[in-house]
Amino acid sequence: MFVPLPAGRLGVMITVEGLTKTYGGFKAVDNVSFECRPGAVTGFLGPNGAGKSTTMRIMAGLTPASAGEARVGGVLYQDIPNPGTQIGVLLDASAQHAGRTGREILTLSALTMGLPMSRVDDMLKLVSLTPEESKRRVRNYSLGMRQRLGIANALLGDPKILILDEPANGLDPAGIHWMRSLLREYANRGGTVLLSSHLLHEIEVIADEIIVIGNGRIVAQGTKAELLQTAGTFVKAGDMSALANALTSAGITASPSGDGGLRSEATPEQVGKAAASAGVALVELRPAEGAGLEEMFLELTSDTQREEITPEGAQS
Amino acid sequence: MSTAVATIDTTRPAIPLSRLVKVELRKMFDTRSGFWLMMSIGIVATIATIACIIFVPNDNLEYSVFGTAIGVPFAILLPVVAILSVTGEWSQRTGLITFTLLPHRGQVILAKAIAAILVAVVSMIFSFAVGALGNVIGSALNGVDTTWDVSLADMLYIVLANILGLMVGFMLGVLIRNSAGAIVAYFVYSFVIPGIFGFLAATQDWFEKIQPWIDFNDAQTPLFDGGPSGEQWAQIGTSSLIWFIIPLTLGVMAVLKSEVK
Repeated sequence: MFVPLPAGRLGVMITVEGLTKTYGGFKAVDNVSFECRPGAVTGFLGPNGAGKSTTMRIMAGLTPASAGEARVGGVLYQDIPNPGTQIGVLLDASAQHAGRTGREILTLSALTMGLPMSRVDDMLKLVSLTPEESKRRVRNYSLGMRQRLGIANALLGDPKILILDEPANGLDPAGIHWMRSLLREYANRGGTVLLSSHLLHEIEVIADEIIVIGNGRIVAQGTKAELLQTAGTFVKAGDMSALANALTSAGITASPSGDGGLRSEATPEQVGKAAASAGVALVELRPAEGAGLEEMFLELTSDTQREEITPEGAQS
Repeated sequence: MSTAVATIDTTRPAIPLSRLVKVELRKMFDTRSGFWLMMSIGIVATIATIACIIFVPNDNLEYSVFGTAIGVPFAILLPVVAILSVTGEWSQRTGLITFTLLPHRGQVILAKAIAAILVAVVSMIFSFAVGALGNVIGSALNGVDTTWDVSLADMLYIVLANILGLMVGFMLGVLIRNSAGAIVAYFVYSFVIPGIFGFLAATQDWFEKIQPWIDFNDAQTPLFDGGPSGEQWAQIGTSSLIWFIIPLTLGVMAVLKSEVK
């Protein structure tokens, strides 16, 4: 049995411990553990089918976990009275009755939570949906408008915690920056935010802390600054197989990076010497520092993808 | 961050069932399809009344005639309202919000059942009123005496029969959780199965003896015919076990355990 963490343990709002979800023989979520702090935006990054949505559905009590548990403020989601007023959840902006108007969808949520109807107007204004747009049926909404509606719905009950699955999906660049300032301000007021994305760029723009997930397993987590400081070397040669052989014979482990080069934990000096002694002409040799999360993301996900042959785009 | 970090408040009042029923009632009317489904019941009832006045021979123009003419469209359409109320959460995926705002699915299902029964009772009262109006106008137009041949008890039995039909639709919605599938299943239940059972009863003696005990449709016939006897009530009870209580229990158990995607 689990020993629950003390409620409201300083600095931690969301605790996920050993979460596992198995479908038949397939582990969609594999022993996932992480924490989210108030005052920070935590980004949940991973390719499609990595287990992000399943993890978030388990957190909101929609999917039963096979093992482990997720607690918010030390409490299981099911035990939170009127949870919409404490946790704002957006799991899929397209999961709406196409025949309802945007305003009606917010009205139903407000009625369920027992909120004054003025909250509906406030939230529509906050997400920049005009009164005319709010009276249209969701069938006629663009994905970006559905996302805005979904965010309005999540914020309706004035919660202290937000769980958002792919909220930036379908937003234009201006919309993504709008969301960044919205969530930044929210976190600055002490709110806790967990948002997922399969696009590194979105996470880089919005999140302070990053959890990277691939094939159901967490492959990296830390602050954005920590994850950006990837020590090591990026190297590229005209003859890549000769370079790989040279590094291997010099005892240097290297792995393919996203853009046709190799990444190694060794220093640029060691890599350069190994290439020189093998007579391999280099095209590029530099510290991997500042290469950005992109390379790490690609590397990490390609790592996990090589270990298990899982079809690309396996749906969670 | 201070230690006064906001945390989860477990002492807040829970969402009361009455509020959920209100929300579920609203959800039945607030889409174009839901609205017109309800409207069509009213429209068909009115057309049926007018048709009775025009086509039924004068000496047969009694209240029960109107009641039957209006009752049939209700019996067919009301279960569809109940079915869509449940299956929409899956077919339209609105359950993602509904069950997140209230993570106790049994309460949502209960609220839907109460809302569906309320709609049934109100629309039955409406149909009785339209029928009464038609009876008064029809007899006046045709110059015959107005005949009131349906007692209050008869009306209550008819309301009960309609609620039972509605609940079978509701059960199928919970069990199948797919709009098209549940509606097809309902029509199979109400139009195909009676035919099969009728054939069986006509050809097999042993089946004819047990049919009232296991055929929910058949067991309900006395409700339209002056009210069931003690044995007939028991038959409604046993057949409801097979056609309503057991499948509903299985369906609710599946809803509680299933994954909402």
